[in-house]
Amino acid sequence: MKRGFTILAIVTGLLLAFGFYKALAPLSWPLGTPTEQTMGYVQRIFYYHVSSAWTALVLFAINFVSSIVFLVKRNEKADILALATAELGVVFCAVVLVTGPIWARPVWGIWWDPADIRLNSTLALWLIYVSYLVLRRFSTSSKTPVIAAVWAIFGALDVPFVFFSIWFFRTQHPSPVIAQGGYLDPRMWITVLINWAAFLSLAWLVTWTRYRLEFAQRKVHEAEALESLREGSQ
Amino acid sequence: MTPDPHHHFLIAAYIATWAIHGTYFFILARKSSRLRREMEKLKK
Amino acid sequence: MSFLAITRATLGKDIRLEWRSKDAINAMLFFALLVVVIFSFAFDPTAEESRRIAGGLIWVAFLFAAVVALNQTWARELRNQVLDAYRVSPAPANPLFLAKAIGNFIFVSVLEGLMTPLFIAFYKLRALGPGWELLPIAGLGTWALVVNGTFFAAISLRTRSREIMLPLLLFPLSIPALLGMVNATTAILTGEESARFWIALLVAYDVVFTTACLLLFDTVLEAE
Repeated sequence: MKRGFTILAIVTGLLLAFGFYKALAPLSWPLGTPTEQTMGYVQRIFYYHVSSAWTALVLFAINFVSSIVFLVKRNEKADILALATAELGVVFCAVVLVTGPIWARPVWGIWWDPADIRLNSTLALWLIYVSYLVLRRFSTSSKTPVIAAVWAIFGALDVPFVFFSIWFFRTQHPSPVIAQGGYLDPRMWITVLINWAAFLSLAWLVTWTRYRLEFAQRKVHEAEALESLREGSQ
Repeated sequence: MTPDPHHHFLIAAYIATWAIHGTYFFILARKSSRLRREMEKLKK
Repeated sequence: MSFLAITRATLGKDIRLEWRSKDAINAMLFFALLVVVIFSFAFDPTAEESRRIAGGLIWVAFLFAAVVALNQTWARELRNQVLDAYRVSPAPANPLFLAKAIGNFIFVSVLEGLMTPLFIAFYKLRALGPGWELLPIAGLGTWALVVNGTFFAAISLRTRSREIMLPLLLFPLSIPALLGMVNATTAILTGEESARFWIALLVAYDVVFTTACLLLFDTVLEAE
């Protein structure tokens, strides 16, 4: 177990370093990535922005599945996984929401476009999962995991509606932002995918860490509760 | 490499990314040390 | 007793009880009036602009009125341990939920019915599009807020800061519905676009979430 973790940590470090290099190295450097023509060098924010977004979606998907598994099987491990992936998903989402405007400002002149489907959907998603975490924190019920799992299902059901509604809003309100379009130079694709792999690896590593931490914390709380019971009866 | 007029946005974005991740690592590290203290207390 | 019979009985009882204690109703009505007045002081546009933003203003006002109404949804049930009784009995709690949701729907609709003429007067509103479509929009939009709100009010019962928990849960999830309500209303008022897509979105949203609420209410109840 410990060795698997160490290997994952090393792989993560290597992927992150390589992804970082590829994202910033211009074509003149070995294994560099071409600079985008219209947007210039600042476009390279894209490699972190997009890979973080895809990682967040993967994490939220795992949260959805483990929430369902928990509701059906009431397996505590599924609940801990749901908690860990929700927290990390919020972190990656926050990265998307911060790098997005930083990219938008120099390229399109505005910090935020209300008709931009990607950023607005991400914002709604972030809000839904932050409220999931707040619900877990503020709940006084003894069956918090059940309530949280129900909420996760509602959140996941909402996701397609979020996308659709903002998409239609965009078709009615022409946006000053020209989307990055479907075409991407294959060398840029490679850089995106390498960074995505790096962030997925990081997500796996940190989720694993959070999972172990939460598991240990629950055991400690159980032991503490038993301890105070025993002291009380003496 | 010709200097890009927007390069500070690029730097800001990369720093922001790692600042956010770093904040989460810091929170986890603090939880972990608090947990270790509780475990020490229990062992006594 | 059948599902519908229980629902009707519970709903009837709720309406009778609310009608008898007119305090709550009067306070709500006054609150609705206040909201419209405050909005008219805060946003004072000319007739042309008002049609464009009125959709948003009205629905935000309705949203806040709905939250105030929703927060006290389960108060009486809590006081009389009704929820505990349902938890212990093998009978499903769905009829109770549906009755509560419908009751809230009626109540919020009354509030809306009161606020709308005031808005029309203050903002000199006139629908340039097919005005009759505003009725299904109001109905669908209100149901979207109320059905989820009633459900989340039940979830919020076992949380600290119960009153803030309800909007905290309701608002993010209602974003698509809110977009639908506001844009549909604006489309009708300005007459510039068709509200058809938004109405379809609201119908789909209502169907999906009503089903989810009915299926998961028992789970949430037993988890208290």
